[in-house]
Amino acid sequence: MIEILSVTGPASVQDLGRFDQYRFGVGTSGAMDDIALRAGNILLGNDENDAAVEIPMIPFKLRFGRDMAFALTGASVEAEIAGRAIPPWWRSHARAGDVLTIKAISRGARSYLAVGGGIDVPVVLGSRSTQLRGEFGGLHGRPLQPGDILPCAASTAAVGELGVEPADISLARPNAAADETIVRVVVAGEYDAFDAATQALFWSSHWKITPQSNRYGYRLQGPAVKPKAPVEKRSHGIVPGVIQIPPNGQPIIQMRDAQTSGGYPKIATVIRADLWRVGQARLGSKLRFEQTTYPDALAAEAEMSAYLDRLRTNVRLVEETRTCR
Amino acid sequence: MTAPDRPRISLLGTSALLFEAPGTFDLPHQRRIWALAATASKWPDIREAIPGITNLMLTFETPPRELDALITALNESWDAAESLAIGGREIRLPVTYGGEVGSSLQSVADHCSLSIDDVVAIHAAPLYTVFALGSHPGYCYLGGMDPRITMPRRQTPLQRSAGGSVSIGGSQTGVSASPGPSGWHAIGHTSWTFFDPSWPTPAALAPGDTIRFEIKRVIR
Repeated sequence: MIEILSVTGPASVQDLGRFDQYRFGVGTSGAMDDIALRAGNILLGNDENDAAVEIPMIPFKLRFGRDMAFALTGASVEAEIAGRAIPPWWRSHARAGDVLTIKAISRGARSYLAVGGGIDVPVVLGSRSTQLRGEFGGLHGRPLQPGDILPCAASTAAVGELGVEPADISLARPNAAADETIVRVVVAGEYDAFDAATQALFWSSHWKITPQSNRYGYRLQGPAVKPKAPVEKRSHGIVPGVIQIPPNGQPIIQMRDAQTSGGYPKIATVIRADLWRVGQARLGSKLRFEQTTYPDALAAEAEMSAYLDRLRTNVRLVEETRTCR
Repeated sequence: MTAPDRPRISLLGTSALLFEAPGTFDLPHQRRIWALAATASKWPDIREAIPGITNLMLTFETPPRELDALITALNESWDAAESLAIGGREIRLPVTYGGEVGSSLQSVADHCSLSIDDVVAIHAAPLYTVFALGSHPGYCYLGGMDPRITMPRRQTPLQRSAGGSVSIGGSQTGVSASPGPSGWHAIGHTSWTFFDPSWPTPAALAPGDTIRFEIKRVIR
C-alpha cells in the first residue's frame, strides 16, 4: 500500500476509463493523459489499463508501505525519493517507508504515479477510474486527501531502473511553440452554422486556457466565436474532445469528466491522438486548433500506437538482456 | 446529408458518430430512435448506441476505416425502423418549486410572460416520458414539456448546480441526479435516488418510463 502524506489540488485514481456506460449517463473518466498512463504501466510490466495516481498540482508527497516498483510519467517533474532525484518517464524502486516527493512541475500539467501491479481499488462499472460527479470508483469516488491509504496489487515485475522517451518528445508536432499547444481537430456537426470569417477566427486564434479549466472541461478565452444565428440543439451524446460553443462565443473543450450529452453547438472535436496534449496544457497557456480529416486522425492514432509499440518492445528487450546476464 | 427530411449524420472525432433524426421532438420519433438504437447496438465495431433526444450517438469499439457503409446502414435502418413502444413504469416525484435551488423560477416566468403559478401548473401538468439518459449518472431527459415554458439555455453554463434540481433547457426539462455544472435553469427541486452504482442496473429509470411531478410546495 501507499499512504498519501500531502496533496495539492484534485489528485485522483484513474485507469484508462469507463467506456461502455454512456447509456446510463456515465462518462468515461480516466487519465487525462492516457499515453502517460500506458507508458507508466508498460515500464512496470503491468496491464496498460491498471490504475495509477493522477497528480495535477504540487507539492505532492506519499510514503510507500512496502518494497515496490513505481514509475513517474506525464508532466516533467522534479521528484525525489529517499534523497535521490527521479528523472521523468522513469521506473525505479522504493523500499518500505521511502517517501516520494514531487516538488515542481517544469513542463506539462499532470504527472502519473504508477506502481507495480497497479493501484488496487475496486472495479466499479468496469473501471477503477474516479467518477467525481457520480462519487464512485477510484478511492471512495473522491479526490485524494492526506492520510488516504491506497491498496496496491502484488507484482512480480522487474525492478531495475529504466527510462523511456517521453511522448511529448517522440510525438512532438512540427511548429509547436514553447508556451502554445497545437491540437488537431475534425470539424463537428455545427461547423457550418458559423460563417467563413468566424471559422477563420476559430482557426487563427491563440486561445487562452482559463483557470476554470479542469477534468470536466477546458474553458478557453479569446475573440467571441458566434454562429450566424443562435443554435439550440436537442440534447445528444458528446465525447471527450468535443468543442462546444456556448452563446458567449468562448469555446469549451469537453474533457474526461465531461457530461455525456449536451446541446450547445459543436464546432469541432479534438482527435483522440491529441487529447492528451490538452490534458498536459497548463492553465494560462495558449492553445491553437489545426483542422484535420477523419483519415488523417486515424493515421495520427496509428502513429501514437506505433510509439507505444516501440516502448513495449524496448522494455521487453531490456528485461530479456537483464535475464540473460 | 442535410436535406430537411433526411437524417443528419456528423462525426464526433474518431470515437463516435451522431445521427440526428429529422422531424419534431415527440414520442413517435423517439420510439423510432429506440428501435434504431436496439438495431445499431448489435453492429460490429459499435461499443454502445446511446439515444439522445430524437438522435442517437454510436461510440466505436474500433473506429471504422471507412464511414460510408456505416452511414448507409444507419439511413436504411432509420427508414426501416418501426416504432418501438417501451412499456415502462410510472414514477411520482414530489417537487418543491422555487426557493434557493429553483431560483430561476421567476426568470422563466418573466421570460415566458407568465405568472409563477402558471409556470408551476404548466410544468406539473403533463405525464412526462423518459426519452433518454445522459449528461451525468442517472439523469433523465424528459419528453412532453409544454412549449409555453420554453427558455433558452444559459449564455454561460453554471459551474455548479444542486443535485435534485428540476430544470428547463430550451424546450426540454429534467431532474439532475447529482450536483454539477449545468447550462439549464433550475425551477425547483426533488429528493429521490436516480443512480446507485451497486444496483444491478445502476440507473433507476430507463427510456420509456414515465414521470409525474407533484407540486409539494411553491416558494415565491
